[in-house]
Amino acid sequence: MKIDKKTILKIAKLSKIKLKENEIEEFANNLSSILDWVEQLNETDTDNIEPLNNVSSSKLPLREDKTVSNNSSNQVLNNAPEKVEEYFIVPKVVE
Amino acid sequence: MNNIIKGKKFNWELVVGIEVHAQISSNSKLFSSSPTKFGSTPNSQVSLVDAAMPGMLPVINEFCITQAIKTGLGLKAKINNKSIFDRKNYFYADLPQGYQISQYKHPIVGEGKVEIDLPDGQSKKIRIIRLHLEQDAGKSLHDQSPNKTYVDLNRSGIALMEIVSEPDLSSAEEAAIYINKLRTILRYLNTCDGNMQEGSLRADVNISVKKTGEKNGTRCEVKNLNSIKFIKQAINYEAKRQIDILEDGGNIEQNTLLFDSKLGITKMMRNKEEAHDYRYFPDPDLLPLEIEDKFISDIKNTIPELPDEKKQRYIDQYKLTKYDSSILISEKDTSEYFEKILISNQELKNHTKIISNWIISELFAYLKKDDKQIKQSPVSPENLGKLILLIVNNTISGKIAKEVFEEMYVNKSDPQSIIENQNLTQVTDTKEINKIIEKVLQNNQDKLSEYKNGKNKLFGFFVGQVMKNSNGKANPKIVNELLKEKLN
Amino acid sequence: MDFKSIKEIKTHLLKRKISIFELNEFFIDKIKKSKINAFIFFDEDLIRKRCKELDSIKNDLPLKGIPIGVKDLFCTKGIKTTAGSKILQNFVPTYESFVTNKLNNSGSVMIGKTNLDEFAMGSSTTTSYYGDTINPIATDKNLVPGGSSGGSAAAVSANLCLGATGTDTGGSIRQPASFCGVVGIKPTYGLCSRWGIIAFASSLDQAGIFSNNVEDASILLKEIAGYDKNDSTSSDITIPNYFKKINENIEGKVIGIPKEYDLPNIPDEIKIVWEKARKKLEKGGAKIINISLKHTKYALPTYYIIAPAEASSNLARYDGVRYGYRSKSQNNLEEMYESTRSEGFGNEVKRRILIGTYVLSAGYYDAYYIKAQKVRKLISNDFNDAFKECDAILTPTTPSPAFQIGQKEDDPIKMYLNDIFTVPASLAGIPGISIPFGKSKDNLPLGIQILSKHFNEQVLFDLGLFLEKNNE
Repeated sequence: MKIDKKTILKIAKLSKIKLKENEIEEFANNLSSILDWVEQLNETDTDNIEPLNNVSSSKLPLREDKTVSNNSSNQVLNNAPEKVEEYFIVPKVVE
Repeated sequence: MNNIIKGKKFNWELVVGIEVHAQISSNSKLFSSSPTKFGSTPNSQVSLVDAAMPGMLPVINEFCITQAIKTGLGLKAKINNKSIFDRKNYFYADLPQGYQISQYKHPIVGEGKVEIDLPDGQSKKIRIIRLHLEQDAGKSLHDQSPNKTYVDLNRSGIALMEIVSEPDLSSAEEAAIYINKLRTILRYLNTCDGNMQEGSLRADVNISVKKTGEKNGTRCEVKNLNSIKFIKQAINYEAKRQIDILEDGGNIEQNTLLFDSKLGITKMMRNKEEAHDYRYFPDPDLLPLEIEDKFISDIKNTIPELPDEKKQRYIDQYKLTKYDSSILISEKDTSEYFEKILISNQELKNHTKIISNWIISELFAYLKKDDKQIKQSPVSPENLGKLILLIVNNTISGKIAKEVFEEMYVNKSDPQSIIENQNLTQVTDTKEINKIIEKVLQNNQDKLSEYKNGKNKLFGFFVGQVMKNSNGKANPKIVNELLKEKLN
Repeated sequence: MDFKSIKEIKTHLLKRKISIFELNEFFIDKIKKSKINAFIFFDEDLIRKRCKELDSIKNDLPLKGIPIGVKDLFCTKGIKTTAGSKILQNFVPTYESFVTNKLNNSGSVMIGKTNLDEFAMGSSTTTSYYGDTINPIATDKNLVPGGSSGGSAAAVSANLCLGATGTDTGGSIRQPASFCGVVGIKPTYGLCSRWGIIAFASSLDQAGIFSNNVEDASILLKEIAGYDKNDSTSSDITIPNYFKKINENIEGKVIGIPKEYDLPNIPDEIKIVWEKARKKLEKGGAKIINISLKHTKYALPTYYIIAPAEASSNLARYDGVRYGYRSKSQNNLEEMYESTRSEGFGNEVKRRILIGTYVLSAGYYDAYYIKAQKVRKLISNDFNDAFKECDAILTPTTPSPAFQIGQKEDDPIKMYLNDIFTVPASLAGIPGISIPFGKSKDNLPLGIQILSKHFNEQVLFDLGLFLEKNNE
């Protein structure tokens, strides 16, 4: 699969990664060769095979509906790059 | 029901489907142990999981599963024994993980239905496509500062049920009735408090129009409506907007819209240059949710009588009209109030119509004036029952009862003591009433002769005078009988 | 006194031949003199404080006083945790990972946080924001220690600690263990909790151990394994006392040799060592059989779809909003996101996020992601079938000895091929161990890999101990 400039820019936008002009081609080439390489999977016959999401044979554990209150926002705000009072602050969202 | 909208050139029909986001009533969040209380200090109900700290993992809340199944059963829907949690990937300031854990291809609840009662007395079946579990996002506050957005994650991770309907609704009115009905069901089940002001119930509405007999047009989705009024406004606005465009020869573009509640109009979301691609895939931090039949049947046993069944019972058992029944059952608290009157006053069981009238007209009027819920009513169901009993056994008249009711409402007192204190007991003694009649006829000789000369309608005048002279305490039925005897 | 065996040092400590302080001062001194950049975080005062604390505890603990290195992917309370990335350069967790918490409760001394490939993505420990770690085997040759847990492997190999934690997603413990000449075990998926380990690919990530010898690995694994209700994929099983049960008598054990691992392009030095190990086991009484793992060849491409897909989603949380690095370019939210992530992530991480985003995106999901999940099922079936016939599988750990720093950086696929023998077991979730065995023609260490079915770590230790004792 050849990844063109438009595709790599779309993927980068979805990933929220800005590519510099000189990086666009490099990453596009990287991705193209990796995708070419993984396409050998098409040689396998996977009709009637269930996709394997997780190898665990356990059952999904269920938690009791009990609250654990931390009673302070410190624990989550501790590492915030920018905060005001108890809020996280981010640059304005342009809608 | 006729829902034809007349455009300038053609007749149009509306096609509406609704996705309701209902916050599950639970102590803790869907995948973390943080409390879910509304209105707490910002970021005080945020665990390491909710803030998506590195290395944190989700663990599902069993009660939220129970609540979703319960709701599914209430919607007469199929419960799926296996469902899968997927990640819906997108970036937003109040979405800490960079994805929302949701259910995409394999929801916990499948197809169901909701019956709605239309104003013309008809019922309509609205089909439910699915119900799935997902996480709520946090809140972004854009109006605190000119160039900053404030983020509060208290809501982040609270369990939501997304309930998706087929586009079976054909007017804003029907949409409103549907939301109301859904809310009633959720409240009966105690699975969601249905509080739209606090955002526990929000709706995304899909709207399209079509010419009669043709297939559905392109739809637009209006996001995040948090009141029934706005839902109706948005639908009506969109219908008109779409019809105008089509009649002018234009095309409808499939779009996601926001509703401006101040202007009452829908608006395009500004950043639509990047089409969303949510890249759903099964969340590798969670295994498939497998539910045994026993788990479902145990929940089934806890389901209370639901609105539709209760309404039918009111019609069958209490001989109430469909209209009265549907009002009494529309809120669980109202039906409980009604039934408490019957339980505390067994003698009233053949007087359900008068009970229903007192609740729907008197009590509701007073409560509405004070903006009170029926649960906060100063008049207890036991006392209202006693009052109604005094009416039906002719101790007081209906008119006096209204005065007594006011007193009961204001002072929270019981009707018996009010009547005794103010000597309001109805006069049923024929001797005493005859005495008053004599006096009235004495004082109105001129009217009496007019009546005898054929002016029959003066009968009412004499009844009124007798009642007035008895201070309203005379039993009107007896007054009528005695007067008839006297005058004819 | 030789500071290379936890088993022996425990005896010395109990007999008071040496104190916890003396033991740890020895390692502090070694780390300070070391020039291989094995650690991202090291604080000698903190170590001394910990020793004092342990000294005041009267009763014995399984790892009391034993210095352990911790891969900087495990969150450590109050101690900077970076994942080798600029994006977490100032991140200080307020919590301790399940595994390191267990280690602390066992009385070990956290000697430092070890270097790694950024977000555990790599096979060389050269993608770390905090510089390359140098393989201590031959520092003059400027070789990679392998990766991603290269710092941990190098630290144990250079005798800077007595054991270290690692994580293995596609070979990140076994491959560096092989390159550095130490023992490395990746247990069954679900044996150790992932809670508090910075996620790379959730369905593959698993914590494990580096040590100088097999017995130490068996001691350490028991201390980090165990059920955790906070990890929904953790398995609720009883952890055996591997060390007590260890048995080097391998008579009657059936060992499978998968023909698909005998690739034409792997060097003779690897094949020779593999053959030697096979012969030793046979001499020890094991039965050797030929087996087939038909879909081996597809394991790497499968892995390089699934792992990046999960990573692209797992790494979305590094957005500059709640913690970590935030770019100065932030006129609006969108710009802040893009600048933060572009400046905060290195190229390999970006590459994998982009691949992962691509294979999950509309129109490609079925062709790539679902296809890979199906092939993953086939690979897993191959192992299930194989373990009906044999107790364990023997393969080389890597297709080559340690290579030079910078050698494979221009070609991502060449770098990915390093994991060719380790990735299949990761996809199947089965346990694997790498034991130093034999040498390359340049006298570099090589590793032999033993695989077994789910939760049968014991047989890895048994066979591993045998090979360790019969390595010349």
